[in-house]
Amino acid sequence: MDRLYGTALRLTRNPDEAEDVVAEAVSNAWRRLEQLDDPNHLDGWLFRILHNTFIDHWRRKQCRQEKEVSLDEPETSDAAAFSLFAHLHQPFLLWIGQPEADFINQLLEQDLAQAIDALADPYRIVLVLVEIQGHSYDEVAHILDVPSGTVRSRLNRARGLLQKSLWRQGQDAGLTGHAKSKSGRVSP
Amino acid sequence: MKASQISCEEVIDHLFEYLDRELDEQNQQVIDDHLKRCFDCFSRAEFERRLRQRIAATGVEAAPTRLKQRIRDLTGQ
Repeated sequence: MDRLYGTALRLTRNPDEAEDVVAEAVSNAWRRLEQLDDPNHLDGWLFRILHNTFIDHWRRKQCRQEKEVSLDEPETSDAAAFSLFAHLHQPFLLWIGQPEADFINQLLEQDLAQAIDALADPYRIVLVLVEIQGHSYDEVAHILDVPSGTVRSRLNRARGLLQKSLWRQGQDAGLTGHAKSKSGRVSP
Repeated sequence: MKASQISCEEVIDHLFEYLDRELDEQNQQVIDDHLKRCFDCFSRAEFERRLRQRIAATGVEAAPTRLKQRIRDLTGQ
């Protein structure tokens, strides 16, 4: 239940909507239980229903808001090519510390959730389906009804944008460079 | 891609596909082999792998009691 809710929360960014999506998905699954051919596949089956339920919700919401029903990609800057590692890695410090590892260890769960939630829908949805749910590019392409190449390009941008956002958050929290020792954060 | 010829740039270009298990078996192996002998690329791969683990962990949130009750009501359990 916590994985279903957590995934729905990352997809919707809204606790009430996440509850509705999970409840509707479970209700759909319960009604179609006889279609589950192998109980060992229950997890994947449930999540597939969750994703489809979310996409239905998302499209209905788009219609209500009288926006185009599409996952058109918003304009992004060169943030898509941003590499957190390239900004943090300091090879000459190899034997006395690894700033990039410290940075990741000191990121808070809420920093990550906030950075993911800040991504525009086309990027966030693909990132959640691949990195949280572990779907292949083809599976995501099928779920979203877009070409596999679109999944790849959105995923690349999502990762760049996410890493840039984390870098900014890290700077604000004093996790970058020499300032990191002042942050007082502890590793998870 | 050939293990003996692949450059660090090519490894980094394909790193996310490698981590996503999107490469075919042969190319997956080529990058595996490169990472075993190139510390710079290995460090980068480990960084991205660790970041992915942290991102994946955000997909688990305690479901609210209200939702659990809704599910119980829906399923009659």
